[in-house]
Amino acid sequence: MLGIGWALRRVIRSSEDFFLSGRSIPAWIAGLAFISANLGAQEVIGMAASGAKYGIMTSHFYWVGAMPAMVFVGLFMMPFYYGSRARSVPEYLKLRFDEKTRGLNAITFAIMTIFSSGISMYALAKLLELVLGWSFHGSIVVSAVIVLIYIFLGGLTSAIYNEVLQFFLIVLGFLPLVLLGLKDVGGWSGLTSKLAVVATNAGFEPGAWSHSWKYMDSPSHNPMGMEWFGLVMGLGFALSFGYWCTDFLVVQRAMAAGSMTAARRTPLIAAIPKMLMPALVILPGMLAIGLHASRGGFLPIGDDGQPNYNLAIPMMLAHYLPSGLLGLGLTALMASFMSGMAGNVTAFNSVWTYDIYQTHIRPGQTDQHYLRVGHAATVFGILASVLAAYSATRFNNILDMLQLVFSFVNGPLFATFLLGMFWRRTTGHGAFYGLLTGTITAALHYGLTLPRGSVPGIKGGFLGAVLHTYPSEMALNFWTALFAWTGCFVATLLISLFTKRTKTDDELRGLVYSLTPRVQEGHMAWYKRPVTLAVGILVVSTLLNVIFW
Amino acid sequence: MRLDVRWPIGGMFSLIGILLTIYGMVSNPALYERSLGINVNLWWGLALLVFGLVMLWFAYRAQRAGPAGPAGPAGPKLP
Repeated sequence: MLGIGWALRRVIRSSEDFFLSGRSIPAWIAGLAFISANLGAQEVIGMAASGAKYGIMTSHFYWVGAMPAMVFVGLFMMPFYYGSRARSVPEYLKLRFDEKTRGLNAITFAIMTIFSSGISMYALAKLLELVLGWSFHGSIVVSAVIVLIYIFLGGLTSAIYNEVLQFFLIVLGFLPLVLLGLKDVGGWSGLTSKLAVVATNAGFEPGAWSHSWKYMDSPSHNPMGMEWFGLVMGLGFALSFGYWCTDFLVVQRAMAAGSMTAARRTPLIAAIPKMLMPALVILPGMLAIGLHASRGGFLPIGDDGQPNYNLAIPMMLAHYLPSGLLGLGLTALMASFMSGMAGNVTAFNSVWTYDIYQTHIRPGQTDQHYLRVGHAATVFGILASVLAAYSATRFNNILDMLQLVFSFVNGPLFATFLLGMFWRRTTGHGAFYGLLTGTITAALHYGLTLPRGSVPGIKGGFLGAVLHTYPSEMALNFWTALFAWTGCFVATLLISLFTKRTKTDDELRGLVYSLTPRVQEGHMAWYKRPVTLAVGILVVSTLLNVIFW
Repeated sequence: MRLDVRWPIGGMFSLIGILLTIYGMVSNPALYERSLGINVNLWWGLALLVFGLVMLWFAYRAQRAGPAGPAGPAGPKLP
């Protein structure tokens, strides 16, 4: 079964080249590729892990975080990206500000891709460990070799095509798992009664795992340790908008659409299946912790006595699916791990080679030279990912670690983008030193605080003094992102006011909102306009929040 | 001419569906103890087959409606 998936993917690859030529991909394909670029192993494993660790509050990543952010990207950000034809975030920053802002962002982005691919590598190694019984160290080496071969065989040349395929593979591979788990636990009411046990054992009200908003009046009332303000601002605003607006792995999918309207519609179309994704990725985690509490054996216990939430999905797969369907589920997982790692290593390669090496270290070399540098960067990227994979072993939920990385990179970057796009007075110096301030603020906050029950080190508190203890890793991430965003925003604003503009209005055309021609959609029927779709999405996600209140 | 993505998706899931269905019919029923006694290979195989065939049918219909070609408008053709 594994073989069939791979064989088919190879056959399909050959037809990809002319498929991608030109911007003429139908909107629904671009839309599915848009969320598929984000539906990697990190999402599948990480959201399930969070579903087990934090309960249904994890859905805030979707209904508070992703939905408004994706609507914002579609309505406000796509016109800039599509109009300026920037191919990456560093490229946009160079056009809008200057070379040094681009360089700084390229460095933080490169670090982010290494951590992202390392987290996927850790997840793949854990899967191999569990299914094949190999040692973790051996599994890491095998994973690294597999990715290396995959990239050198041209694994990512057919991105969009494979992503649509992979989207269906993941959905159809995991759906039977969710259905079986739900039937086993006795439906939604059976699940809530089991989760009540989980919540009371952890010292919360019985509904703490099955209500998304009800216990958010105080950090001490819910497993995530957040109150509504920090969640809405930290996750809903800084992290989510930061991620969806600036992650070009995702945004590039929309740029492949045929027209400006289609490009704007892409994130909106993507938001529809995205809205339902919690049923597929968070629910299995909630099922795993509920069943674990009543029967045991659904989550392995780590060295620190805490369950390793990362293994919720692999354990559920092994528990419910017989051989045959198990193959399909594992193929879906493997496919998402591969694309997660390969996508990030390839992004690292291109950022290092073009945005750092060619621009700042050795410009003006031959193409062959840069190609060799690119190959070396790929190998280096994979080796660095191995280190990141080992640091991921310290987290019992990879989403905790992933959002920590995002809070350093995307949090401050979103402030830079917001000011750069909507305030033409923002200067290059302002952007550069603002971004630097934001990243340093994140580091200070992270170095001076600690999640409860952790030792100072990779989880924070390494600067000697611990000024504040957060109830959970995720709470620390949300606040780190919010501090970083604020630091960057204030610094950029102040420095811009005291420095001279280097770019004229003419140079900023298409890069700043007030200097970009408005999209004319008055001639379209009202129900075809992106705005209508956007309002519909926001209404439905509000309803979902109310239903699972 | 570019290949409609629904052809490979439809083809792949039809094939997986057929294989799973056959496996579900010939496999030992004891295998399904873990899946709550339900022959999930058979049923999910059939579901995948239906999904695959629907995809193929959409691809076929789009092709017969005339090759819109790469220059065609990228309308909101939701399947």
